[in-house]
Amino acid sequence: MTTLVTPAPVRTQPPPARRRTGSRIGRILGYLAMAVASVAVLLPFYWMLVSSLKTNNEVFTIPVTWLPSKPQWDHYIDIWTRSDMTTWLGNTVLLSVVVTFLQVLTGSFAAYGFSKIRFPGRDALFLMYVATLAVPWQSYMIPQFVLLSKLHLSDTLWAIIAIQAFGALGVFLMKQFYESIPDELVDAARIDGMNEYGIYRRIMLPLSTPALASLALLTLVNTWNDFLGPLLYLRSSNLWTIQLGLRTFISQYSAEYALIMTGSVLSVLPIVVIFLLGQRYFVEGVATTGLKG
Amino acid sequence: MSRVGPASVIRGRNTLLGWSFLLPNFVGFALLTMVPVVLLFYYAFTTWDIFGGAEWSGLDNARQMLHDASFWTAVQNTVYYTVFHIPLTLVASLGLAVLLNKRLRAVAFFRTVAFFPYIASIVAVAQVWNMLFSPGYGPINAVLRAVGVDNPPGWTTSADWSMPAVIVVGTWREMGYFMLIFLAGLQTVPGELYEAARVDGANAWQRLWAVTLPCLRPTTFFVVVLLTINSFKVLDLILVMTNGGPGQSTLVLAQYVYRKGFEENQFGYASAVSVVLFLLCFLITLVQFVVNRRREA
Repeated sequence: MTTLVTPAPVRTQPPPARRRTGSRIGRILGYLAMAVASVAVLLPFYWMLVSSLKTNNEVFTIPVTWLPSKPQWDHYIDIWTRSDMTTWLGNTVLLSVVVTFLQVLTGSFAAYGFSKIRFPGRDALFLMYVATLAVPWQSYMIPQFVLLSKLHLSDTLWAIIAIQAFGALGVFLMKQFYESIPDELVDAARIDGMNEYGIYRRIMLPLSTPALASLALLTLVNTWNDFLGPLLYLRSSNLWTIQLGLRTFISQYSAEYALIMTGSVLSVLPIVVIFLLGQRYFVEGVATTGLKG
Repeated sequence: MSRVGPASVIRGRNTLLGWSFLLPNFVGFALLTMVPVVLLFYYAFTTWDIFGGAEWSGLDNARQMLHDASFWTAVQNTVYYTVFHIPLTLVASLGLAVLLNKRLRAVAFFRTVAFFPYIASIVAVAQVWNMLFSPGYGPINAVLRAVGVDNPPGWTTSADWSMPAVIVVGTWREMGYFMLIFLAGLQTVPGELYEAARVDGANAWQRLWAVTLPCLRPTTFFVVVLLTINSFKVLDLILVMTNGGPGQSTLVLAQYVYRKGFEENQFGYASAVSVVLFLLCFLITLVQFVVNRRREA
């Protein structure tokens, strides 16, 4: 358990010019393996995109066609009138932004307390935070649901905010990063008369921008893609998120293969764009949570 | 009160300060994670539905579970998923990581691509795979027929093949994530070890077994722990891909909790099943840590 919380430097780029790459055959095999793996990973996405541009009859044909005969771009217009896509996306964006903001704020704040202020019981409490990372949400979703229902929060967006915004992951990730900032820096600021909140805001926050970006991206993607939380809590259709809406759409229009794929593309696209923009931070976030010293 | 030493004043001040930082997060964490976990162990010994309150019923739920065929089916299916999902994902992600750690062109491109499945929404992904797996006209069976398989499997429509289909998608989805963790681990392997092995005449395969894998042991251990928990708790993938069917062929433990709790409103019994899920995850993690520590010692 203790090794889990030791900080480690995170490098995800291969170190330059470390060794000569092996023989020509090895290289060719390497490229071949990479090509096969790329196809395996990307094919479903390609199929999703292509099917969204086909007619319904064209989606399933024998032999399989890998290009639409005539791209049906109007699917991307129809979907907005045939479904409540606007509502779903609106709710999803709202939830993602609020949850991410709260998670980053409370997580980094608590992490400062855990890593730079010494007080009795601190380490035991942190161990408890870490331990819950091993407890699946699925095992306590029932009592959590009962609790939130008693607080009259079920079937409100507040429920999703509550269950997503205070996770242990944010505290864990930020503490990892703060541990790598030398205590001397904090002590020097204390001697200069800065109070702890000032140190957090003026020194730690600016220094931890990359870690904050990592946490923000991970939380954003998690919240956007969360299916179980909304499934349990959001009953009214005007509260649905894109995941919940898409699933209902699939069961309602089960034969509209092309339109279903259009909806799928729209649910994936924003996250892919965000991922591509912030890839570096995303990768570092995953590596930090995964790395143990 | 007026005669407190400076050391305890500082400690008291620090305690207050520390808690002021923790509080905003801790209130949410305590209320939404810690309290539910404690309540879980109480609910597991009660009987109630949506209308009444919880009524203490001792070990009734445990007894009911012992004779509940669906519960045992769910346990079996969860083990089935776990036993295949862990090694498959481990080999795939480790293989990809070792591959990407080489200085080949297009590595950056592939590292990006490999992560797509993990960030793509599960509902969309499951729907695409269901269409790919479609028995009559799906591309997968079309390819299988083209290479000479006369009776390709029915995949998600067949009780025998639905679980393999789910495992394939689960592995496809998670391998990019664990690949990144392995890649980070590979950066900690000292380059000199490879040089030394090369000088000793070890070939690429021997270097993998003698240098890479032993050095990656802490990472591998961590990945196995995460994979175990991920496998035991699998739920969203099942719900959107097969909903447990056909029949009960892909009914897993977490889904049984969902069914009993949210579809049949048996909160007490569902909590008892949750406790099993909870203990499985917790105990296996604990055992893995103990075994790992012993091996390191």
